[in-house]
Amino acid sequence: MNEYIPVISIAIIMGLLARINLLRTDYRQYPSYPQGYISHLTLGIVAASLGAVAIPALLEKDFSAMTFLALAASQFREIRNMERESLSNLEETELVSRGKAYIEDIAKAFESRNYVAMLTALITSLCTQLYLIVIDNEAKFYTLYIIGGIIGLLCITFLSNITKGKIIKDIADVKQGEINFKGPLLCVDNIVIMNIGLDDSKKILQDKAMAVIITPKDDDARATLANVGQRQAIQHNAAAQLGIRKDVDEPDFTPLARRDPENGSVGMLILTMEPDIECFIEAVNRVPVLESSKRKPLESRAGYKAAD
Amino acid sequence: MDIGIKEYIIAVVTINPEKVSSGGVPVFYAKDEEERKKVALYIAKTTLGMVHDLDNGCYIIVRH
Repeated sequence: MNEYIPVISIAIIMGLLARINLLRTDYRQYPSYPQGYISHLTLGIVAASLGAVAIPALLEKDFSAMTFLALAASQFREIRNMERESLSNLEETELVSRGKAYIEDIAKAFESRNYVAMLTALITSLCTQLYLIVIDNEAKFYTLYIIGGIIGLLCITFLSNITKGKIIKDIADVKQGEINFKGPLLCVDNIVIMNIGLDDSKKILQDKAMAVIITPKDDDARATLANVGQRQAIQHNAAAQLGIRKDVDEPDFTPLARRDPENGSVGMLILTMEPDIECFIEAVNRVPVLESSKRKPLESRAGYKAAD
Repeated sequence: MDIGIKEYIIAVVTINPEKVSSGGVPVFYAKDEEERKKVALYIAKTTLGMVHDLDNGCYIIVRH
């Protein structure tokens, strides 16, 4: 059993590093609490250990150990449910809700991060074990650690790159829009956003609100931006980053994103604590494109033909 | 998802009685523009609703 200790230990360390690398407190402010860190790190260790022992277990002809990987997968699916549930429960307390699509995306991300930890550990242990068997049977402890470290880091870089995903900036241009009123109708450029009855609200919106026009770069982007969940995510992120200026009894100041049916561009309006248009555009630019909202009509025959 | 008109009209506030016939919604008659605005604001604040202008002398208060 002793011979496997270097392989297993380096694999667990690299798997855990992969999880820590993805455990960032970002603008979503989640998970930003010690409890969140502990539970995710512990699950990360569990995932990494499962990945790390799989290869040595196979070598020992302990094939049943492989079934633990399947068990792990179902455990991690449980994490997705856990995240989804807790975020859905918190939804009522948000002034600007995340929306179901965004929650689903965050939950999926949490699930996949554990797979990243498990895969990193699995590949690290596979490579170091292969080195031990094929190249140098008498390899020293530290040689294995160096090899495992390099393989693990490559794995982490590769996996975190492919799980990164796009942001709004990649699929659309965001420019400042102009707020104007047509009677009671509040418009951004010529996109009607909503009907505002009270003169006081109109005045505040006219003076202090900021607006942007999000113009999709192609037909795929247009279909993605049409998704209500994607727009809700943009609103939530912008509000979370710039500070929303409303309370529960002021629905007039809810940020809204509406679509121009003519060309598919989206007009969005927000009333923030920090009225800085540059920051607003930056915040919108950096919103992730949700996996569940992503559409690719251009990749179908009909969609491609219809586009020209 | 909370981004569209999907719920219901809580009240109608008007200075123009012939524009509104009674339905399932409470109607408040105001004697002038100023009272109309005040009543609409108070109802909206109390019910967490939002005031929309129909441009014909009627405000509707809608819960979104």
